Amino acid sequence: MITVEHLTKTYGAFRAVDDVSFSCKPGTVTGFLGPNGAGKSTSMRIMAGLTIPDSGSATIGGVNYRDIPNPGTQVGVLLDASAQHAGRTGREILTLSALTMGLPKSRVDEMLDLVSLSPSESKRRVKNYSLGMRQRLGIANALLGDPKILILDEPANGLDPAGIHWMRSLLRAYANQGGTVLLSSHLLHEIEIIADEIIVIGNGKIVAQGTKAELLEGAGAYVQAADNAALAAALAQAGFTAGAKGDGLSVDAEPAQIGQVAAAAGLALVELRGADSAGLEDMFLQLTATTQREGVVTTGGVA
Amino acid sequence: MSAATPTAPVTIHTQRPGVPFTRLVLVELRKMFNTRSGFWLIASSLIISVIAAIIVILVVPDESLTFGLFGAAFGTPLALFLPIIAALAVTSEWSQRSGLVTFTLAPHRGAVIGAKAVASIIVAIVAILFAFAVGALGNVVGAAVNGIDPVWNLEPLDLFYLFLGNVLGLLIGFMFGVLLRNSAAAVVAYLVYSFVLPAILSILAELQDWFRDLQPWVDFGFAQTPLFEGGLSGEQWAQLAVSGSIWFVIPMIVGVWSVLRAEVK
Repeated sequence: MITVEHLTKTYGAFRAVDDVSFSCKPGTVTGFLGPNGAGKSTSMRIMAGLTIPDSGSATIGGVNYRDIPNPGTQVGVLLDASAQHAGRTGREILTLSALTMGLPKSRVDEMLDLVSLSPSESKRRVKNYSLGMRQRLGIANALLGDPKILILDEPANGLDPAGIHWMRSLLRAYANQGGTVLLSSHLLHEIEIIADEIIVIGNGKIVAQGTKAELLEGAGAYVQAADNAALAAALAQAGFTAGAKGDGLSVDAEPAQIGQVAAAAGLALVELRGADSAGLEDMFLQLTATTQREGVVTTGGVA
Repeated sequence: MSAATPTAPVTIHTQRPGVPFTRLVLVELRKMFNTRSGFWLIASSLIISVIAAIIVILVVPDESLTFGLFGAAFGTPLALFLPIIAALAVTSEWSQRSGLVTFTLAPHRGAVIGAKAVASIIVAIVAILFAFAVGALGNVVGAAVNGIDPVWNLEPLDLFYLFLGNVLGLLIGFMFGVLLRNSAAAVVAYLVYSFVLPAILSILAELQDWFRDLQPWVDFGFAQTPLFEGGLSGEQWAQLAVSGSIWFVIPMIVGVWSVLRAEVK
């Protein structure tokens, strides 16, 4: 159980984290989603006691991170897979962590095996590792102490598709056993396939949170009729706004409502569906539009 | 959405044993040797002290071969290397960013910094004992080669002061490590502090009468020289304490305080 309450951190005039509150429940994977520089990493560093917040609190199981005895055995943390002494071997890095936590050396081999780093790879120095290998090493380091809670910052970054699939199964199994997982990403598709709950952060503020279905509620629907213009007119009459999207219309209504309007007007439909991940993508871009570096236009868009 | 959440079992155990200090010291000791750069830094300081002993045997005239001379020959490289070893033990956590893991696994930074200090001192003790052994061996071999009796002109107290001087030097390097938390900056600062600053202060003492009397009290390097030459008077101890506060104790306190507060990123 991770509880973050009214967390705020400023650097000079820049407010990196602005009144952020959320919680992560046991048995779920919570995705922390936001563009670069949105405040994800700062929030996670505060959770791990590495950064002192200006106000607010972040507790794990009701305890400040610094007050957790031998925290590596209770909370697994991966903040930056590249933040390792480049001159140490992967195995040595895990050995240091195992020694700190008081774990047997055999645990290091178990973890190397779990993240599929071969014995020869584990003896190479980290400066010769690809980003994907560093991520695997970082995940191994986080899991080393068999913790019940995981805090992972951009763990999928640099992993190949097979690696992302592997991590998704790993975290899913972990949550199903009652573990609590918080992971961040700036990539929506990574988060939506792994996370049960999604927290969207932009400009240091939480802009939306909930399950994927909850986030998509009110995100509208996509409809294509044999005669789009006629359907648009009928929808407008019924009080729904419709805009052109691809070969059909993007409508600010539930699919059932659109179906009724179409039936009443006697119009044949080609396709009708609720907002999908493309809708979530639109929503993500809209929610974080003010914090984007590029002025992304989300209307019209590609279906 | 958090309204209907059933109360989750508390998963954090607060009564478990923490990470004991001895384990942190062992980990920090291991970190000093498990990179190529760290290993060779320590190895080369020992290798150089052996080379120094050999050079002394080869070039010094027979009548001057004494244990004291060997002491000076092997003491100099150590006095240069030990502070750098200690500084890097601290700064690498920031320069290499490994502190993200170190301080997550052991959030009580004071304990980690303390463990680094203890580990550095252990390395210093072993290195100094090794150098003493090399020096003694060199003295015996040198005397045998030249057909003279070895001259043991260092008293145990002299050895103790030499030891104390090296540990103090090491702690100065350590002080720059915690104060600057950057490998390059700490090494440069230490070299300036040890080699440039004393020169400036001694020139100042020669040119300015008022400073000449003041120098032993404010020039930490000057106040330390008696340590390497065996024996301090009461006044010299006081001078060491005063100059040490200015150049060592206060910066060390500021450094440790900032390490405890600094953001690890």
